[in-house]
Amino acid sequence: MSTRKEKIVLPLIAVLLGFLLGSLIVILTGRSPISMYAAIIKGFSGIDIINGQPINTRYIGEFIIQAMPIILTGLSFAFASRTGLFSIGAEGQLMIGSISATAVALLVQAPKAIHLPLVLLAAIAGGALWGAIPGFLKARYNVHEVVVTIMMNYIALHFNNYVILNIFGSVDRVKTAPFPETALLKSPFLESITRNSRLNWGFIPVLIAVLIFSFIINKTTFGFSLRAVGYNKDAARYAGIKVNRNIIASMAIAGAFAGLAGGVITVGTFNFGRVIQAAEGYGFDGIAVALVGGSEATGILLAGLLFGGLKAAQPLMQSQGIPREIAGIIQASIVLFVAMKYGIKMVLDKFERKQVPTTEGERV
Amino acid sequence: MSNIVEMLHITKDFPGIRANDDITLQVEERSIHALLGENGAGKSTLMSILFGLYQPDAGTIRIRGKEVKVSDPNVATALGIGMVHQHFKLVHNFTVTENIILGMEPRKGLLVDMRTAEQKVEDISKLYGLAVDPRSKIEEISVSMQQRVEILKMLYRDAEILIFDEPTAVLTPQEIHELMQIMRRLVEEGKTILLITHKLKEIKEVADVCSVLRRGKLVGTVPVADTDEERMAEMMVGRQVSFHVQKTLAKPGDVLLRVEGLNVKNQKGVLGVKNLSLSVRAGEILGLCGIDGNGQTELVQAITGLTKVESGRIFLRDIDITHLSIKERSDLGLGHIPEDRQKHGLVLDFTLGENFIIHNYYKEPFAHWGILNKKAILENAQRLIKEFDVRSGQGAITPARAMSGGNQQKAIVAREIDRSPDVFIVVQPTRGLDVGAIEYIHKRIIGERDKNKAILLVSLELDEIMDLSDRIAVIYNGEIVGIVDAAETNENELGLMMSGALHKAQEAAQTGREPAHV
Ligand SMILES: Nc1ncnc2c1ncn2[C@@H]1O[C@H](COP(=O)(O)OP(=O)(O)OP(=O)(O)O)[C@@H](O)[C@H]1O
Ligand SMILES: [Mg+2]
Repeated sequence: MSTRKEKIVLPLIAVLLGFLLGSLIVILTGRSPISMYAAIIKGFSGIDIINGQPINTRYIGEFIIQAMPIILTGLSFAFASRTGLFSIGAEGQLMIGSISATAVALLVQAPKAIHLPLVLLAAIAGGALWGAIPGFLKARYNVHEVVVTIMMNYIALHFNNYVILNIFGSVDRVKTAPFPETALLKSPFLESITRNSRLNWGFIPVLIAVLIFSFIINKTTFGFSLRAVGYNKDAARYAGIKVNRNIIASMAIAGAFAGLAGGVITVGTFNFGRVIQAAEGYGFDGIAVALVGGSEATGILLAGLLFGGLKAAQPLMQSQGIPREIAGIIQASIVLFVAMKYGIKMVLDKFERKQVPTTEGERV
Repeated sequence: MSNIVEMLHITKDFPGIRANDDITLQVEERSIHALLGENGAGKSTLMSILFGLYQPDAGTIRIRGKEVKVSDPNVATALGIGMVHQHFKLVHNFTVTENIILGMEPRKGLLVDMRTAEQKVEDISKLYGLAVDPRSKIEEISVSMQQRVEILKMLYRDAEILIFDEPTAVLTPQEIHELMQIMRRLVEEGKTILLITHKLKEIKEVADVCSVLRRGKLVGTVPVADTDEERMAEMMVGRQVSFHVQKTLAKPGDVLLRVEGLNVKNQKGVLGVKNLSLSVRAGEILGLCGIDGNGQTELVQAITGLTKVESGRIFLRDIDITHLSIKERSDLGLGHIPEDRQKHGLVLDFTLGENFIIHNYYKEPFAHWGILNKKAILENAQRLIKEFDVRSGQGAITPARAMSGGNQQKAIVAREIDRSPDVFIVVQPTRGLDVGAIEYIHKRIIGERDKNKAILLVSLELDEIMDLSDRIAVIYNGEIVGIVDAAETNENELGLMMSGALHKAQEAAQTGREPAHV
C-alpha cells in the first residue's frame, strides 16, 4: 500500500473500528445500537430517523460550534509535534487567549471592523506568548515541554479567574459584564438560518487557521526548517538550521492557534468573560484530533468535525437512554485504533498479498 | 555437500522499483557466500527477505531442503538464521550480556540468571575467538566490539546461517582482518555465512562463492577461486572499472584552513584532540589517517562547528571561525561530508529532493519571499540524480528512508560536492559505495582539488587516503604524530605512525605548523 493511500485508509478504518467497538458496548449494556446511531446522526444533521423528521439546521449549527475550538487546539498540538515537540499546553494557551480577548473586548471602544479583529489578534498574541515561554525554556535550558506546559495550564487557569474576579469585577462571581456588540462574532443571520443555534462567524477564522497551518508547514521555508528539526535535530543543526529558534517559534505559533480558540469561544459562543472551574478538555480533545487527523491540516479539520459531532450527540444519546460516556468511549477507541495503525497496516498488507495472484509453486 | 539455503525465483517490488527480480540463490552448507552488486542492486532487500523483515511478492525459500515461510524475524531465528545489520541494534547503557540475552533471558525463579548467561556468552566468545568481555557496557566498547556483540547475539540463539550486511564498512583494516579470521572460524565450526560487501579484496580473501546482482537481477554465481577482482567488478557494473585514481601533481596555493593549538573534549569529557595544529592549502588534499577513535571525529566537529572547542583557534582564509555558528562557517565557504550519514547527513523522513536543499532551502532559486519553489527543487534533484547516478524507486520524491545505504551516501556526497566549498571537510566519502561509484566520487574530489579548493580528507581506509591525498597527516591519541608526502610513504610507515610507534615531527614543522600571521 502506498503511503498516500495509507494516510487516508488507516484513519478511516480506525474510525470504523471505533464505532464498531462503541456499538458492541451498547449491545453489551443491553441497549440498541440503532438508537445510538440515531442520536449520532441527529447530532450531525438534525435528521431524526426514528421519528422521521427532516434536517434540523439547529443541530448542524451546534455541532460546528463544538468542532471549532477543538480543530484549533488540534492544529496547535500538531504544529508543535511537527517540530518534534509534545505540547500539552493548548488548554492554558486557550485560557490566556480568552482572557486577552476579554480584556480587549471590555477595554477598547471601536467600530466592529476594528474592534473584532483586535479582539481576535489579542487572543492570538496571548496564546502565542503563553506558548513561547515553554519554548524558550526548552530551547535555553532544555526543560521538557511536557512538564512546563502542564504547569502553565494551571497558572493560566488561576490567572484567568483572578483577572475576571478582581480586575473586571464580576458581580455574580461567574462572569464579567456583557461585551459590546462590536466585539462579538455573533450573527443574527447565521442564527436565523440555523434555527437559533449559537453558530457564529467564528468558523471563518477557524478555516483561515487551517489554511495557514497547511501553508506554513508545506509551502514555506520556515515550515521546511520546522519539519527538518522535527524529524532529525542533528541533521538540521548540521545543515546550519537554528534549532533553538525554531523550537521557540513553533511553540509560539502552536500557542497562537490555541489562543485563537479561546478568542472564538469567548466572543463567539459566549459574550462575556468567564470564571473557569477546571480544565474543559479542549487541550486533550485537540491531541486526539491531531492524532486522528495525522497532523495534516485537512485531516485535522475532518477529525475535528467528527469529534465535535460526537460531542454534540452526547446529550441526544442520553435522551435515548444510552450513557453519554459511550461517545467518549468511541472517541477514545478511535484514537487507540489510530495508535495501532501499524497493526492494522500489517493485517491489510497480508490481505492485499493474498489478493495478488502469484506464480508460487508452479515455477519451482 | 548440500544446499542449506535456497531462495528460488524471489521477486520483491517497492514503490517505483523491482528490487529483486526472479532471483535464485543457492548456498552450500559450511561455505561463505558473497553477495556483490551496485548500490541499490537489491542485496539488502534479498537478505531482509531471508531474515523475515520483508515478504517476497513471489518465490519460495527452502531451508535445509524444506520449504518455509519466513513471516518475521522470530521465525528466522527459530530456523537458525541470524543477521548483523549495518546499523547495529544494541541498547547502549546495557552490558554486553544483557544485550545478548534480551528477549530470551535465562531465569532462576523470578530473577534473571545473569551468572549463567555471562558464562555462556564467555564460552561462545572463546570458542570463536571473539574476545568480548561479557560485563562491559556497550557505550564503553568500540564499534568493532559492538559488531562482535551482534555476532554473539546470533550465536547465542544457535544461529547456523549468518547474514552479514556490509560488516566491514565500519571497521579499520586491522579489524577487518580479524573479522575475516572470525568468519573462517565460524565456518570451521559448521556455520554458513552470507556476506554482503563492496570490497572485492575481502571476497577474494574469504569467500568461496560469489553471486552478483545488477539492478535487481542475478547476473551470475561464480566460484571465487576461478575469478579475480577485475572480472567481478566488470560483472557487477557491466564495464571495466579502474581501481586507481588518475591525478596530476598538486599545485598548492594559499593556506585556506589553519588550525592552531586546538583542544577539544570528546563525549566522555576528556580531551580528544590535544594541542593540534595543521593547515590545508588551496589546491591540495590533506589526508588525515589514524585508527578510529583517535580524535578524528572531535577535530572534524570542531572545525565544522558541531562541537565547542576548549582552546585554540581555527582560521578559514584569515578569518577566525573558532566561535562562529555552523551557518556562518558554511556561508564563508566551509563544506562537510559528515561521518554519520543517518545522524547528520540526511533527514530520513524528507524526500531526496528536500535533502538536496537542506543547506540552501531559503535561497534563490529554491525559495522566493520565504515560499518554496517546488519546480526549482525538483529540477535541482533531477540534475544531481543524473550527475551522480543516485538510484531510487521514485526519483526526487523518494523518501530518503526508502533508499539503499549506498545511495543515501551518494546523495549526501552529491549535495556537498555540488556546493563546491572552498574548504571541504570530507569524511569517509565512499563508505558503503560500490566500486563504480567510488571511482566516480574520487574523480569528483580530485576535480574539486583542481578547482583550487582546500580539502581535508578523513578516512579509515588507507587505500583511499593514499590514492587521493597529496600530503598525509597521521593522528594518534588526539595529536598529529607526523605529516608525510603521499608519494613518498607506504602502508608500513603509516601503520607504524598510526599505532604511535613512529613520530615524524620534522615534516610537521615544515608544512603544518607555520607561525600564525594574524
Ligand atoms: N523499505 C523500502 N521501501 C522502498 N524502497 C526500498 C526499500 N528498501 C529498499 N528499497 C529500494 O530497493 C532497491 C534495492 O535496495 P537495497 O537496499 O536492497 O540495495 P542494496 O543492494 O543493499 O544497495 P547498497 O549497496 O546501496 O546497500 C533500492 O532502489 C531501494 O531504493
Ligand atoms: Mg544495502
